[in-house]
Amino acid sequence: MRELLRLLRLVRPFAGQVAAATALGVATVACGIGLMGTAAFLIAAAALQPSIAELQVAIVGVRFFGIGRGIFRYLERLASHRLTLHLLGRLRVWFYEALEPLAPARTLSMRSADLLTRAVADVESLQELYIRVLAPPLVAVAVGAGTGFFIGAFHLSLAVVFLCLFTVAGIGIPAGIHVLGTRIGNRLTRTRADLAATIVDGIQGMADLLACGQGASQRHRVEELSLRLVRDRERASRVEALGTAAMTFATHASVWIVLVIAIPMVRAGFFDGVGLAVLCLVAMAAFEAVQPLPAAARHLSEQLAAGRRVFAILDARPAVEDPARPATVSGDISPPAVKVRGLEFTYPGSEEPALAGLELELPAGCRLAIVGPSGAGKSTLAHLLLRFWDPTAGEILLADRPLSDYRLDDLRRIVGVLSQHIDLFTGTVRDNLLLASPAADAAALEEAAGRAELLSTIHALPEGWDTWIGERGLELSGGQRQRLAIARVLLRDPALLVLDEPTTGLDPVTETRLMRTLRQLMEGRTTILITHRLVAMEAMDQILVLDRGRVVERGNHGQLLKLDGLYRQLYEAQQLTLS
Amino acid sequence: MQLDRRLLALVHTRRVSLFAAVGFGALGGIAVVAQAWLLAHVIARVFLGGATRTQVATPLMLLLGTIAFRALLSWAADAAAVHAAAGVKHDLRDKVFARLLERGPLAAGRERTGELVTTLTEGIEALDAYIARYLPQLALAALIPLTVAVVVLTRDLLSGVVLLLTAPLIPIFMVLIGRLADVRSRRQWLAMSRLSASFLDTIQGLTTLKVLGRSRAQVAAIRRASETFRFASMDVLRIAFLSALVLELVATLSVAVVAVEIALRLLHGRLDFEQAFFVLLLAPEFYLPLRRLGADFHAGLAGTTAAQRLFTLLEAPAPARPAIAIPMPPTPSLELEEVSYAYPGESGRGSAARPALTSVNLLIEPGEKIAIVGPSGAGKSTLARIVLRFVEPDSGRLMADDVPAKAIDPDDWRRAIAWVPQNPHLFADTVAANIRLGRPESDEKEVAAAARHALAEDFIAELSAGYDTSVGERGALLSGGQARRIALARAFLADAPLLILDEPTADLDPRLQAELDVALEDLLTGRSALIIAHRTPTVMAADRVVVLDSGRVVDVGPHDELLERCELYRRLVHSYGGGA
Repeated sequence: MRELLRLLRLVRPFAGQVAAATALGVATVACGIGLMGTAAFLIAAAALQPSIAELQVAIVGVRFFGIGRGIFRYLERLASHRLTLHLLGRLRVWFYEALEPLAPARTLSMRSADLLTRAVADVESLQELYIRVLAPPLVAVAVGAGTGFFIGAFHLSLAVVFLCLFTVAGIGIPAGIHVLGTRIGNRLTRTRADLAATIVDGIQGMADLLACGQGASQRHRVEELSLRLVRDRERASRVEALGTAAMTFATHASVWIVLVIAIPMVRAGFFDGVGLAVLCLVAMAAFEAVQPLPAAARHLSEQLAAGRRVFAILDARPAVEDPARPATVSGDISPPAVKVRGLEFTYPGSEEPALAGLELELPAGCRLAIVGPSGAGKSTLAHLLLRFWDPTAGEILLADRPLSDYRLDDLRRIVGVLSQHIDLFTGTVRDNLLLASPAADAAALEEAAGRAELLSTIHALPEGWDTWIGERGLELSGGQRQRLAIARVLLRDPALLVLDEPTTGLDPVTETRLMRTLRQLMEGRTTILITHRLVAMEAMDQILVLDRGRVVERGNHGQLLKLDGLYRQLYEAQQLTLS
Repeated sequence: MQLDRRLLALVHTRRVSLFAAVGFGALGGIAVVAQAWLLAHVIARVFLGGATRTQVATPLMLLLGTIAFRALLSWAADAAAVHAAAGVKHDLRDKVFARLLERGPLAAGRERTGELVTTLTEGIEALDAYIARYLPQLALAALIPLTVAVVVLTRDLLSGVVLLLTAPLIPIFMVLIGRLADVRSRRQWLAMSRLSASFLDTIQGLTTLKVLGRSRAQVAAIRRASETFRFASMDVLRIAFLSALVLELVATLSVAVVAVEIALRLLHGRLDFEQAFFVLLLAPEFYLPLRRLGADFHAGLAGTTAAQRLFTLLEAPAPARPAIAIPMPPTPSLELEEVSYAYPGESGRGSAARPALTSVNLLIEPGEKIAIVGPSGAGKSTLARIVLRFVEPDSGRLMADDVPAKAIDPDDWRRAIAWVPQNPHLFADTVAANIRLGRPESDEKEVAAAARHALAEDFIAELSAGYDTSVGERGALLSGGQARRIALARAFLADAPLLILDEPTADLDPRLQAELDVALEDLLTGRSALIIAHRTPTVMAADRVVVLDSGRVVDVGPHDELLERCELYRRLVHSYGGGA
């Protein structure tokens, strides 16, 4: 119920449009009722052979309703789709605005689990909230009330009977179908998820499966789940068919009941035979309004589930917030010193600390490398520096002020990051660079691209700066992506540079060339390089060796090699690598 | 929408259910006519004959019975139709998945997994609309109006003619306006999916946007894109909905015309009331199946789109299996004879075929350890794929003890091989099941022993449920090093005469590496091995080293000899002398 209210709040700004679309929906059904009612009247009255003048109104009425129905239907569809599109725009903005403060602490883990993709699909499905969920009951209530009123003019008890039947059909059948369908629906969802997971395994793990001679057994598993899925689906469809059949029965049985009750009333003189014909057809046509209700009930529970999933994500508290009294940051920023004292961090949901007891002093403009085997906690330090999270204990000082004193926007202006994962956005090469600095002019872009050694690549692209990249666009190689990211960093000109495994996944030749560019990038900035590749280590002022969240060695390249510890082991293992 | 012959062939196997659905539907149509007649009869007798309720009790009871019968038929028709669809969907899914397996991991790797999974789950489900709704409705849209028209014609010629004259207008307008709207709405669908994709892009790139300090500014862009899309959509919808307008108008106006035309003749006493009322009741029923067909047409369209995709998958060529298979020799020597292979180009992207191996000759004697080295792109992985028979050589031969591989069933062939890939896949199942993949019939003790040999015992013990912890897609995440040890355990368990080992390029913790080297030595004892080597100790331990470059064998020999005579080999071994 709470979810429904929250969902309805999203529709509230469009109350006027909802009213208009609903009114048009009611008018459409009313025309249908009017058409059959006046037609029945026309024919029944004509059977009594009056003068043609007495039939004129009915003839005009039949024509009016016949044309009106089509036109109202058209207008109703336009109005409801306009509303749907408005709603979609609002939902996207709403979702984005609510998600933005949560990123990346609350969204990083979702990327892998595809939770985010799912949430975006959920948000998009909510656009149908009016058209599929709200409109049918609103129209049904209005039509029921109006028809009841009309029938009441014949005899009050008939109106009461009609309204009872209308309600049973409109609420009872959808509710019954919902109860029957929920259990099957849940099982269906589970089976579908199992099948999808098994197929994913079968495709992504196909090499492993075939090598182990297990292709046939995976096929068998898929076959079994598929059979279960189609059986479940069939059961669910049969419940839906039951709904349709029940609706058909309810509609015509209601007409029958009205007929049976009304026959003695004709005899008793409450109304004449013409009235009887009109009554039957009006009642029959009015039931059009309850036909979509079983489907609406199904959509309601789907939308509630989608809403619940989305709210569950958005209701998380942001991991970090802006300070109440932020530090002032001048326009021109000199490279800051970085100090770390007693830093400890444990990821939410994890027991082991990812970092513990970290002490560090990096003078302004110096270069620090943090190395160690994977899982040592190197990237965690980068995340804490960018304030994706706040440390569990200890603190980080940037230019002698705690990190949490800076406004997040200022912090991200000071700290530039280049990571192994480069996001490119659908758009042109130019768009993707402008993202870093929207005000940059063509000359600035050229210069940044030039220093990132990206210019020749851009000029070689089919449409140069205007080449479309990203989804459905040109795929760039790993090295090209990194250079684009470097150009972005250059455009932002950060005072503190964090390089998080910048060469992972690149071949040695590309790696060596990229490191050369990176060394230029480090000029005049405080730099922290996080890597498990011991390349260009001589250029670093300080090296910190991390192992399982703790600093095990520190010094420069020469000192560490002499130590004969983990650093030396890592270095020697790397020397044994064939290129 | 044309009727896809391949789809119809599949449907043909389930034709009994489908015919039953049409039969029930047609019977339902007859019930509708009977119901209209009974209702008209009762009202006429009460209205003009002054009958009491008792006097019309019989037709009233018949009417109720007809209504119940009609509802029952509606259920039976739907149930039969979904049963037919269920069978077709299952057959199709099974066939497509089997074909994917036959085509092998390389072909599957070229597809986008997410899209493939959606096609195989929801895509196939979309066939429901086509098989269970559109196909029966196609028959009923012909049968029911025809029945109604015949009945009306016998009662009132003029009304029958009106119905028959207006009926063709519905499909004509449907096609005309449909064509007009189709192109535009398809473009609109594209715009819509682009918009969705770019929104998802923005959301997934939120971290990057945030780091770039651009995340808040993105709201305006989202709003703008949605507005633009809305304006464009409304332009399209204004035309697209015209078809609904025309359909509705034809149907309702025809009913209105019939009503007026009947009324006028009633007025002049040329028709009696019961007949007239009967015809009035039937008129909307005449158009209903046609209008329903219009709705099901659009739903069915989604089904045929999915079907096209499925048939493309189903008809992609797969390597043939031997008609009469020769069993794999127990501890064979393997031989590659003048083997060449080129990766097929992708026509969609305009890339040409890429040669990966050229005239490679190689003999692996039983028990021999061979290391393969070469720069990236030299063809090392392709060589492993050839031996694993994930790809077939374009020319040349692969043989086991002089038996051509083509004569041996691929499953049988692969049972003689244990493969330890660089990035092994972990299945959404327990740790034990993931290890057991190596030999499904093995018991718990054997699984535990294999894990011990592969140095996986310690970290498995630390997992929340030990061997029963589920991993992969929906379970605990294992690190790359841990996944690799699981794969090693698989190999220990498989106990195959030939081992294919893809050494990891990503650096492991050097301390663990030393321990793993010992475990590997243990595994290699008494087996032939083909090792894609990335480390000096590995090549030094091999009996022979094969140096590959650009798909050709440059040299073969033991480490020491190659070091003396092969320039490329020297470069490979010494290149990491200190980095950049």
